[in-house]
Amino acid sequence: MEWLKQPWPWYIAGPLVGLTVPVLLILGNKHFGISANLRHACAMCFPSDIKFFKYDYKKEFWNLFFVIGAFGGGIVASLWLANPQPIEVNASLVAELAGYGINDYSSMVPQQLYNWDYLLSAKGLIMMVGGGFLVGFGSRYAGGCTSGHSIMGLSTLQWPSLVATISFMAGGFLMANVLLPLILG
Amino acid sequence: MNHTDSEVRRQDTMCVNESQLQHRWYHNIKYLVVGVLFGIVFVKAEIISWFRIQEMFRFQSFHMYGIIGSAVIVGMLSVWLIRKFNIRTIYGEPITFTPKTFNKGQIYGGLLFGLGWGLTGACPGPLFVQIGTGATVVAVVLLSAIAGTWLYGKLRDNLPH
Repeated sequence: MEWLKQPWPWYIAGPLVGLTVPVLLILGNKHFGISANLRHACAMCFPSDIKFFKYDYKKEFWNLFFVIGAFGGGIVASLWLANPQPIEVNASLVAELAGYGINDYSSMVPQQLYNWDYLLSAKGLIMMVGGGFLVGFGSRYAGGCTSGHSIMGLSTLQWPSLVATISFMAGGFLMANVLLPLILG
Repeated sequence: MNHTDSEVRRQDTMCVNESQLQHRWYHNIKYLVVGVLFGIVFVKAEIISWFRIQEMFRFQSFHMYGIIGSAVIVGMLSVWLIRKFNIRTIYGEPITFTPKTFNKGQIYGGLLFGLGWGLTGACPGPLFVQIGTGATVVAVVLLSAIAGTWLYGKLRDNLPH
């Protein structure tokens, strides 16, 4: 059991993530793509007579089961498989984040940013509400997220998915290296 | 299945349910199980970690590139095998693929998504897993992402594609 609690290396985790593609296909001809659930949530709860949300979302319940499972996986892993050690990251990142007052590596998300008090600060609102909004708006505008484009789309050799993946990375580089230091600084 | 419904579902989405079969709800439990395993891998490989995503976007670690790269290679090989041997689903249905057409949304939307990814350190999958690990405030990030999706649907016809 002890080795299971260590952080898993990329060469174990990556192939397991990749196997999601054939597993979903073989279980029922389902295409891996998580951001679609955000659309199904809109179709289910606030279709608001918008054509984009008027479709039979019941056909997509399988995908909601998948993300409820992922949520459950988070619970299972943190209850029984948690790594008691702080997360180890590159020393230059540690130095940079220390400059913003972030030095708690005990959790997957920085405790100093991801808490309910911080949410009500200007920086917290930008990070959580603004960031979440960009993730939802952008993934649907792009027609998919990391799972639908970068994993499923690239696996099926669709070049529009490569364009989307390059755009994801470009946006992320810009945020992490240029904008985030301004926001947190 | 009616034709227009399928067209609306396909719009701007990579991932639709391609199955024509009708099943009772409990058939979906197998996807829940796959989701649980997926969530565990995401925690144990620290894919849901804000710190790991920051490292990736600063080229400070190979970890995330190794995960995405090897996942894509395994995905490609599997799809190639499925096509080559005409593998069917466990219900005997053929496995189908829908080619995607290019539109400018993949660039504009992709850049906006990337900005959000760099900020929150989470794409949609990790949001669900993070909440499971006890980071309850991430529920706000998820709700905001749903609001962003809704606004896209609302503005869709006025956006460049």
